Amino acid sequence: MSGETDLIVVGGGPAGVEAALAASERGLSVRLVDEAPQAGGQVYRAPPRAFGAKFQQKADPIGVRLRDRLRASAVQTHFDHSVWSASPGYRIDALGPDGAVSWRARAVIAATGAQERVVPFPGWTLPGVTGLAGATIMLKSQGMLPGAVTLVAGQGPLLLAVAIGILKAGGKLAAVIDLASQADWLADWPAIASQPRLALRGLAWQAILRRAGVPVLYRHAIRSAEAQGDQLLVSVGAVDAEGAPVAGRDRSFVVDALTVGNGLTASTDITRLMRAEHRFDSLRGGWVPQLDTDFRTTLPGLYVAGDGAGIAGAAAAAIDGRLAGLAVAHDLGQCDDAAYQNLIAPLRRSALRARKFGTAMAKLMVLRPAQVAAIADETIVCRCEDVTQGEICTAVREGARGVNQVKAWTRCGMGPCQGRICGDIVGQLVTGQGNAREEAGYFTGRTPFRPLPLDELAPPIAYGDLQLPPPAPL
Amino acid sequence: MSESQSSSPHSFHRATDVERGARVRFVFDGRTIEAYAGESVAAALMAAGVRTLRASPRTEAPRGAFCWMGLCQECVVIADGVRRPACRLEVRDGMVIMPGTVP
Repeated sequence: MSGETDLIVVGGGPAGVEAALAASERGLSVRLVDEAPQAGGQVYRAPPRAFGAKFQQKADPIGVRLRDRLRASAVQTHFDHSVWSASPGYRIDALGPDGAVSWRARAVIAATGAQERVVPFPGWTLPGVTGLAGATIMLKSQGMLPGAVTLVAGQGPLLLAVAIGILKAGGKLAAVIDLASQADWLADWPAIASQPRLALRGLAWQAILRRAGVPVLYRHAIRSAEAQGDQLLVSVGAVDAEGAPVAGRDRSFVVDALTVGNGLTASTDITRLMRAEHRFDSLRGGWVPQLDTDFRTTLPGLYVAGDGAGIAGAAAAAIDGRLAGLAVAHDLGQCDDAAYQNLIAPLRRSALRARKFGTAMAKLMVLRPAQVAAIADETIVCRCEDVTQGEICTAVREGARGVNQVKAWTRCGMGPCQGRICGDIVGQLVTGQGNAREEAGYFTGRTPFRPLPLDELAPPIAYGDLQLPPPAPL
Repeated sequence: MSESQSSSPHSFHRATDVERGARVRFVFDGRTIEAYAGESVAAALMAAGVRTLRASPRTEAPRGAFCWMGLCQECVVIADGVRRPACRLEVRDGMVIMPGTVP
């Protein structure tokens, strides 16, 4: 054991950092753990320290301020530490550069953010096909382009962000393939305009695309990709409002790289492992932990804030994080009722505003069931174990009613990613066969959250070094 | 080793106006790769034209970095004997890396 604190915050994105700061400001001893080298999460990911000042200056100022405030605080930070287990008590186990560590705390806030969902198509497993979120990491934290010519596809705000990032870094775009229609983007304009800075940025981005002459194909999706030498031959076709393919002339593009994403899902490793209650909310990215108004899960002492509680975006995550930190301070007796109500009232009002924008973006990222229903038999759904749509649907026809049964019968979701990449799609495939999404369930949380080199957990043992107790007297 | 035998760090993948860290060299599957401190192994390999990092377990199909944030495990390589996702592993001079295919 390496020490007990009042609170451990898992995740150093906007929600986690604000939660840690808020709790620490109320006098709680706080530990913050993240697997990245610096705070910021994926959205405000810090540039590598070894890169020059000019590149550092390109980092989002919101992230820079977040890191500065954290450094100036009393929060104990543990970066480069990957949390692999959580257990009652609470105990958090992590693996860091110096090996395994384990900490105890009276409360835990899971601020583990979101992960990307990609609706499978033939060829999505080819090297050179990456997620949109992955492309933002290449661009923002590595200063790299996915290819000389890239095709950007999928849905939601990341689509535009990646397209613009590629153009600004000097790359070329074959086209932008958007599952949504132009009307979908305008449907929530008042909510989008409630965050003028982000709304204006979106408009500026569309103008940049137009000026660069990049074709934007609305209501289109990837049909397939195949390797053609070092390049990819990508076929694209029209879809209807539900995401189902529409017959017609498909178009082909030969590109170096394809980046594609279909929205975000909540990262719920900790709450699923701890067996907290979850509920299904398609708008918020699928299965999310069930929370009360003060971010408490159904387990005393376990809280969730940020996109890990359901997709609402970075602005809402920061405010919700602060609220969750205050809730822990209140529950641990460091903030009386009156003070707590005074502190949270203005924050809750700004959270509502931030959530409006986040909700408009979340709507654009919602999974379209007809797109999943159109996945062909031979398409790989579970990348880790190479399990196809056909094998999954056969299991369901033979009586598998939930994703965990599908897992036991087919190995789907049993690989090293623990079903993070395929989970939401498998749930929808089971649902598509006549079961309710709630009945299909979610993959049971298991440790370790990430594959671990065993010898880092327990160093190699020489039997001669074992300290044996003296034998019991006869 | 001459410059022509190792991969050129001037790859179209690298945005030109970025000041990177110090030059480093590592070996992937017997091939010397030039990169810059601060880059991830996955990014440095991509810049060198290497996108296939392992074969999948059942169909033995080529796989490479997909999520770029340490979740999907598609980019796992064996770095100095230890299995690590290449997207979360920073390049270091003298590293010896092998594809992450499970034998």
